[in-house]
Amino acid sequence: MSWLTNLPPGLKNVFGKKDTPDNLWIKCPKSGDLVYKDDLEASLFVTPAGAHLRVGPDLRFKSMFDGSEYSELELPEVVKDPLKFKDDQKYVDRLKKSRAKTGREDCMAAAEGKIGGQNAVVLVQDFAFMGGSLGMAAGEAFITAAERALETKSALIICTASGGARMQEGALSLMQMPRTTVAITELRDAGLPYIVVLTDPTTGGVAASYAMIGDIHIGEPEAMVAFAGARVIEQTIREKLPEGFQRSEFLRERGMVDMVVDRRELPQKLGQILSMLMGGEPQPEIEPVAVEADTASEISEEAEVTEETAAEETEAPEAEVVEEEKPKRKSRSKAAPKSDS
Amino acid sequence: MSTPSTFLDFEKPLAEMQKKIAELEAAAAEGGASIEDEVQKLREKSDKQLRDIYSSLGPWQKAQVSRHPERPHFFDYVENIFTEWVELAGDRKFMNDEALVGGLARFNGKPVMVVGHVKGRTTEERIKHNFGMARPEGYRKTYRLYEMAERFNLPVIALIDTAGAYPGRGGEERGQAEAIAKSIEKGLTLNTPLISIITGEGGSGGAVALASGNRVFMLEHSIYTVISPEGAASILFRDAARAKDAAEAMKITAADLEKMKIVDAVVEEPIGGAHRAPADVFTRIADLLDRSLEELKDMSPEELRKQRKERFYAIGREGLN
Repeated sequence: MSWLTNLPPGLKNVFGKKDTPDNLWIKCPKSGDLVYKDDLEASLFVTPAGAHLRVGPDLRFKSMFDGSEYSELELPEVVKDPLKFKDDQKYVDRLKKSRAKTGREDCMAAAEGKIGGQNAVVLVQDFAFMGGSLGMAAGEAFITAAERALETKSALIICTASGGARMQEGALSLMQMPRTTVAITELRDAGLPYIVVLTDPTTGGVAASYAMIGDIHIGEPEAMVAFAGARVIEQTIREKLPEGFQRSEFLRERGMVDMVVDRRELPQKLGQILSMLMGGEPQPEIEPVAVEADTASEISEEAEVTEETAAEETEAPEAEVVEEEKPKRKSRSKAAPKSDS
Repeated sequence: MSTPSTFLDFEKPLAEMQKKIAELEAAAAEGGASIEDEVQKLREKSDKQLRDIYSSLGPWQKAQVSRHPERPHFFDYVENIFTEWVELAGDRKFMNDEALVGGLARFNGKPVMVVGHVKGRTTEERIKHNFGMARPEGYRKTYRLYEMAERFNLPVIALIDTAGAYPGRGGEERGQAEAIAKSIEKGLTLNTPLISIITGEGGSGGAVALASGNRVFMLEHSIYTVISPEGAASILFRDAARAKDAAEAMKITAADLEKMKIVDAVVEEPIGGAHRAPADVFTRIADLLDRSLEELKDMSPEELRKQRKERFYAIGREGLN
């Protein structure tokens, strides 16, 4: 039995294989425990200790859109290898390898559907594809998605994951910073929300452009979000950086991120936000997911109970005035052990 | 043409000839035999060598020229192209960043806003200006001055010369990435004309922050890079000493970038680089600014924005391969 917590019903078995590692057991980078892969899939690759493992577009789309219903956008082709770039291997060969590994043309994927009942276009940057580096293909994908959002009056949401600009495309990659920003300014003019979900890692030219000018910034727990990497800074200032520097929680403390949200709560949180920004109905309250390492076994036991009671109607929180007709979408009856954040 | 006191490594033969000329002249001054012919010959030889070297500079050599300590810097341009400079300091939030300065000035008698990186020349100046590497406050000051330019309907001229934004602890804590991103955005939506000129090093995000203009120009021996050649070499080849290879691979020169339509025009430099005859460069930049401001002066805020959008969207879609 899994320690699955509060996924919407019917969601836990829909995840395909493509994005995920092939090993049957995966080591949690936080606790060091081995976690069974099926369990991880069911929990959106969040380990019992709360580590948010890197995931690709398929899993994100499936988990983020209402009812896992979405259609992928066709993305434009770009000039391949404009600089005829070669370091110790050819850029075209690197591309080939990444394509074989991820089954995608480049690091950015886009899809449309509904989130919280609102029209949404979602971009997902895949770190597995050349470190999610921003090049011409990703820039054009961004513009395409933003234009689609304009056309269909949708919110644009991006899950960023990138080491920065793609060196192999030289200044052409740098130009994706202003190019994507132009697209964002058009969404602003149209009054459409642009929401950034900062996932691990988001750095360099990506951080210094579309990742940091969202209407709302949501950090995934402990995601590294930085302009310059810690190593570069340590070399510059010749001192060690403190624990947690440049992590989502740190950025929230410093005012750069609005909230840090567990991946399993993200769809509901997005639904709530979009609904409020786009004139929708009240959304179901969100039960927090427990992620503390030392309570992991407790969660696991409780999850078993929850599974059986998932279908039951649950008590509304006291303070809430319940006027909506919609059924509450809850899969947990008991309050999870609350984290103190 | 002035003789620089610093010669780059590939200019060594020139340095030697200059030394010889100086020695001969000194000897002549002491009343030696007439050596005018010889000096003249050497001068011609030296000039030819300079021409030869500079007519075929490689990308890495250009990177070195772009960083030449005697290359004209921000305040040289301000002094020689504009009048009535009034520096405006501070981001009104945290501090004044001396690495990225800005202020009011007149160009051909008309008021403009000028912003740009300052590298500093003496050790003292370099430390004061943090070697031209701006912190978030520099970009937030830019943002503030852009807004002011809009309110008073002033065109903005941005002079870019930075190795990159400063990778420090404080800058990260105060949102370096956000500050750069906002500066790019403000430049793209500016209600008044924005002209960006890369005068030396156009280092990565720290440079793009000021380069979202209606026109983007580059000096002939300046560079525009996604990452410094040294940085790219240490990542791609695990050897920073292979900067030359990285510089070649990344296509960082003004000529390359003009071909790719990333820059609109290249400002020709005198033989031997801007630092050998700065006055020529000032004249050329002034002409270019004059022409560009004239072209943009009747455009409405919407047209200016649209022109930037079309300009940047076209990059990569046209003119490659």
